[in-house]
Amino acid sequence: MSYPIELRNVSKSFYTMDQELLVLDDLSFKLNKGEILGILGPSGCGKSTILNLLSSLISPTSGKININGDIGYMFQKDHLLEWRNIIDNITIGLEIQKKINQESLLEIDLLLKKYGLWNFKHHYPHQLSGGMRQRVALIRTLATSPDILLLDEPFSSLDYQTRLQVSDDVYKIIREEGKEAILVTHDISEAISMVDRAIILTHRPAKVKSIHNINLTVQGEKSPLSARKAPEFKDYFNILWKELDYNE
Amino acid sequence: MNENPISKEYLDFIKEKQKKKRLILIWQVSLLIIFLFSWELLARLGIINTFLVSSPSAIYKLLIEYIKNGSLFRHIGISLWETILGFSIGTILGIIIAIILWWSDTIARILDPFFVVLNALPKTALAPILIVWAGAGVKGIVVIAISISLISTILAAYNYFINVDKEKIKMLQSFGASKFQILTKLILPANVKNIINIVKINIGLSWVGVIVGEFLVSRSGIGYLIVYGGQVFRLDLVMMGVFVLAICALLMYQAINLIEKLIKR
Ligand SMILES: Nc1ncnc2c1ncn2[C@@H]1O[C@H](COP(=O)(O)OP(=O)(O)O)[C@@H](O)[C@H]1O
Ligand SMILES: [Mg+2]
Repeated sequence: MSYPIELRNVSKSFYTMDQELLVLDDLSFKLNKGEILGILGPSGCGKSTILNLLSSLISPTSGKININGDIGYMFQKDHLLEWRNIIDNITIGLEIQKKINQESLLEIDLLLKKYGLWNFKHHYPHQLSGGMRQRVALIRTLATSPDILLLDEPFSSLDYQTRLQVSDDVYKIIREEGKEAILVTHDISEAISMVDRAIILTHRPAKVKSIHNINLTVQGEKSPLSARKAPEFKDYFNILWKELDYNE
Repeated sequence: MNENPISKEYLDFIKEKQKKKRLILIWQVSLLIIFLFSWELLARLGIINTFLVSSPSAIYKLLIEYIKNGSLFRHIGISLWETILGFSIGTILGIIIAIILWWSDTIARILDPFFVVLNALPKTALAPILIVWAGAGVKGIVVIAISISLISTILAAYNYFINVDKEKIKMLQSFGASKFQILTKLILPANVKNIINIVKINIGLSWVGVIVGEFLVSRSGIGYLIVYGGQVFRLDLVMMGVFVLAICALLMYQAINLIEKLIKR
């Protein structure tokens, strides 16, 4: 059986004239079918480096990475281009891949309507709120129909209210579209409320410190908001908190 | 747009602003009139030497004469043409070279010290050499105009290009963008404003090049009028040349501002 993503003994060093910086040290893990996998670790430990490897922006120093499916990358900042209106920002990925056609445009229209951005189609980024901009960035990523989403602290630039709302939306999108995702975050609550499994990384050079299955009892359909009310939520929080507390 | 009716205080505020604006304009016009008037008066009373500073009326008369016999427009036309050629070739060539440097870090690093030296050199010092190489006449003058703006254009544009947000480049690369796509979809559009600023600076530099060139070799153009007037001690001709030059440079600058506004919309 092949996994959407599988890393085997992956190491990554960055070379500069001053030093050789080992960032990822013999990392192995898998992403299961239909799973949202969380990656938690201290800042600067190498989380973004992992996603850059997975999206082939950089290549590993050693080890093997297997990927089955197209990757969509969503960043911490929305990186909307100010001189393009919303629809033109969304189609930039398709434009680059020369995949703009009637079908893909119809699909984008559907997403715009679904996530309350239809009326802003011809607006410019500076006219939108932070939450809306991040939603546009998500639709831009989804427009190229990736199978696997990589999310690099995608909500951390938003205020608390917007953050809960947008993470709820993103969660629903991932589930509805039946995609896999890797969510990098340093927010423990956010991780517990969204992911099926959480990988805790050590300080740089990053190694897998522990892996936790997150099973929450939720009434009705699970969403990041309802997950926060689950009775197990607090226990998981304490466990992950302890795991991440490197001062001990 | 306004939900509330406009308050009296706001109207007062606007009125006050407009009053101030009018006052400033009145002062500017008065200063100009006073300056011209006293210049004329002092000249007529013989207090200042008209041989050295001419007088507004003499300059005006000469201007009318040059307009009537049509030679003014010939001179303006030639200088204008040289300037437009100078700054457009200088800007386009400079940006193309900047793109090449952006494209290849190795080339950029090889050429860096040469650019630094050339940039530090006062370009007008090269004018006589360039005239010898490119020939007297329009060609030589345009080459001088280009040489003055080229290096600074390359350095400025290159600097703008490499300072475009790396994370945005990463965003495009995550969609599989090629280097050429990064250039056309990000680097160039992100720098439209900066390129317009470069054009503005280059217009000024190009005028310097054209006037220097015309001083050196030309038989026509505004620079020729000025240098000829100086050689035969006709200060009214020199002053008229400078005046016409100022108007031309101003109009060109305004034209660019207009284009800038059109692009922004
Ligand atoms: N291109 C690079 N060259 C050199 N060092 C890098 C590069 N990218 C990241 N690093 C270093 O690698 C470490 C991990 O970075 P990153 O993966 O961004 O951390 P995180 O996302 O976990 O905060 C940091 O110390 C960072 O300075
Ligand atoms: Mg990071």
